[in-house]
Amino acid sequence: MKRHFADYLFRSYRKRKAVNSTMYLVLIVATLIALVPLFSIFGYVLAQGAPALNKSFFLELPKPVGEAGGGMANAILGTVTLVFLASLLGVPWGIATGLYLSEYGRGRLASVVRFCADMLASIPSIIIGLFVYALVVMTMKRFSALAGGLALGILMIPTVARSSEEMLKLVPQHIREAGLALGLPRWKVTLMIVLKGIRGPIVTGVMLSVARASGETAPLLFTAFNNRFWQGRLDQPISSLPVQIYTYAISPYDDWHRQAWAGALILVLLVFAMNLITRVVLAPKARKS
Amino acid sequence: MSAIMEVSGLNAWFGAAQAVKEINLSFEKNTVTAIIGPSGCGKSTFIRCLNRLHEEVPDARAIGRVLLEGDDIYGRGVDPVAIRRKIGMVFQKPNPFPSLSVFDNVAVGLRLGGLRRASILKEAVERSLTLSALWDEVKDKLNAPGTSLSGGQQQRLCIARALAVEPSILLMDEPTSALDPISTAKIEELVTELKKAVTIVMVTHNMQQAARISDKTAFFLLGDMVEYGETSRIFTAPKDSRTERYITGRFG
Amino acid sequence: MERHFDVSLRELKEQLVGMAGLVERAIECATLGLVQRDRALMTQVHEIEKKINEAHIAVDDSCVKLLALQQPLAADLRLIVATIKINTDLERMGDQAVNIAGNATRYISAEPLKPLVDLPRMFEEVRVMVRETIDSFVRTDAQLAREVLRRDDLVDGLKNKIFRDVLEHVKINAGDIEQGLNLILIARNLERIGDHATNIAEDVIFAISGEDIRHSARIETIKQALT
Repeated sequence: MKRHFADYLFRSYRKRKAVNSTMYLVLIVATLIALVPLFSIFGYVLAQGAPALNKSFFLELPKPVGEAGGGMANAILGTVTLVFLASLLGVPWGIATGLYLSEYGRGRLASVVRFCADMLASIPSIIIGLFVYALVVMTMKRFSALAGGLALGILMIPTVARSSEEMLKLVPQHIREAGLALGLPRWKVTLMIVLKGIRGPIVTGVMLSVARASGETAPLLFTAFNNRFWQGRLDQPISSLPVQIYTYAISPYDDWHRQAWAGALILVLLVFAMNLITRVVLAPKARKS
Repeated sequence: MSAIMEVSGLNAWFGAAQAVKEINLSFEKNTVTAIIGPSGCGKSTFIRCLNRLHEEVPDARAIGRVLLEGDDIYGRGVDPVAIRRKIGMVFQKPNPFPSLSVFDNVAVGLRLGGLRRASILKEAVERSLTLSALWDEVKDKLNAPGTSLSGGQQQRLCIARALAVEPSILLMDEPTSALDPISTAKIEELVTELKKAVTIVMVTHNMQQAARISDKTAFFLLGDMVEYGETSRIFTAPKDSRTERYITGRFG
Repeated sequence: MERHFDVSLRELKEQLVGMAGLVERAIECATLGLVQRDRALMTQVHEIEKKINEAHIAVDDSCVKLLALQQPLAADLRLIVATIKINTDLERMGDQAVNIAGNATRYISAEPLKPLVDLPRMFEEVRVMVRETIDSFVRTDAQLAREVLRRDDLVDGLKNKIFRDVLEHVKINAGDIEQGLNLILIARNLERIGDHATNIAEDVIFAISGEDIRHSARIETIKQALT
């Protein structure tokens, strides 16, 4: 009988089958191992934090040292405020940059911008905090929510920009051409057709970067600083969950440690929730388009 | 018979490579002109010059005279955006706008062109969908996403989208190459019907299709227009031996 | 580049040329039978005609299949359309050969009217016409096909001469009317064969150049050929 090339490759069906199953098993085990840290972190935070969660944690201000009880209400609100401020800056700026890069970005300038965005994304967040400290805190002569929002916003720009660019590039060129062929100016095609068509994926990218920013501590240390009280003014220092966790965790008090764990749990849940929202609520829409 | 579009001395380039060479051709009102030729012969580039879409490609340029109802669309100070409203285009792959409904896909040209009156939009959408023989199939799902339709329906939706702005010419770039035979047959029927309302220029790889539905046929090769004439003559007795070789499948 | 389709077309041509060969032989047998007063040759004509009919059906069948399956265009399309028409003409030529055989059989069963002079000449012209049309088809030679058209006028002239001569003869010799009629019919059959050959030549020209030279258009061509 004639021997085919394939006969040399797979001498024995059984051997090939065995190799295949082994490799499959190896991959599954590797994946499981990769998931271990995630679940152990979440499990540990849950175990440590859950007992300290109660109504007052969400509703009350921190109590002075030595007094039991109190909560992180101001820090939760502070984080929301900071992330909102950051998004106000980072999302439009980031999407605009992404639009430039994908729709108009050709030639030298674009590659420079792209390179800078990548550089910015890889700068340690504490450096950005320092930069904003020098730029805003020093000139205003005080820590403020604005400075914190600015630092987080700058942090968001490159990730939002690059993720938007990637999403925009997934829109086939002929969709744009179809818009142009209808006699629409390019900016209308870009905003009303291309961007609208992929708002789901873009929002996903934005939400992921928001989730990342909400957990940042380093840039807030010298920008938003911290505050033990409610703060309604944006030019004043403001409390945030990560900084509060940091402060409590390095303190010598057991009660504060418990509260730090509770804060950590809330932060993790917040980030999880945002991920879930983007996946469950927005993803199906994105798939349809 | 009067020419609705007259092309003279049209040349087009991608960077330094010339894709279309000195084309002179005119399209008569209410006719279907088929442009045939092997891949890379410049036929797609040619029709993309007719609505100035070619120049949207980086490093692409075109020069020449293209008179649309007497006005040169390559004239000084002419806005390509304004030109494209008078010239519809249908692409190779059905490309309804993602996340727009069936209705919005058809209305989008008018709406973004500034038309806001709901009653007028509704009327235009129904008229365009009827013209593109899709109304009966989609009238109950106008709010469904355009992308939820079948491939053939999507392509007819794209035709409706192009017709909504009432162009005087409809350019079709291999409109059935991604469709099954039944959908193709429907589009072909539609084209024959549509030419009562609009002049059609169609690029096709399918010789039988060109033979079935066009009145005039132009054969392109390496950027040149080798032969142009009545479709019935081109497909029975072409004059140029290159045309003959191409349509009898002897190239290569 | 040779296509698979070219092989099919070549086979079709071969089929048609084979059939044309049968037709030629049928005509030859019929006329030789007349000249040599040989009945055996006459019966042979009938046998050949049966084969021609079979070939007629086979060629048509091949053409329909190629049209349906290959959807030919341009020269391919013209070749097949011409083949269908040529096929019909060839079959009719076969029928005419049978008619000649019939008329000749009757003619040779009685005393000859007179020595045959023009009829063999006419036969020779028609034979050349048939041969040349087939050659022009095989060699795709439009020039040769045009010459066939010119030769048809010679054949028509000979037919008219035979009609006149026979008529003059029977006016005087009323008893020879039957034999005279046989001769006239044979001349008429030969002339019809010439007409079919002309049709074929026209189809050949159409297949080669896409030019339709029938009817009014033909006069111009003949004028050109003559000058």
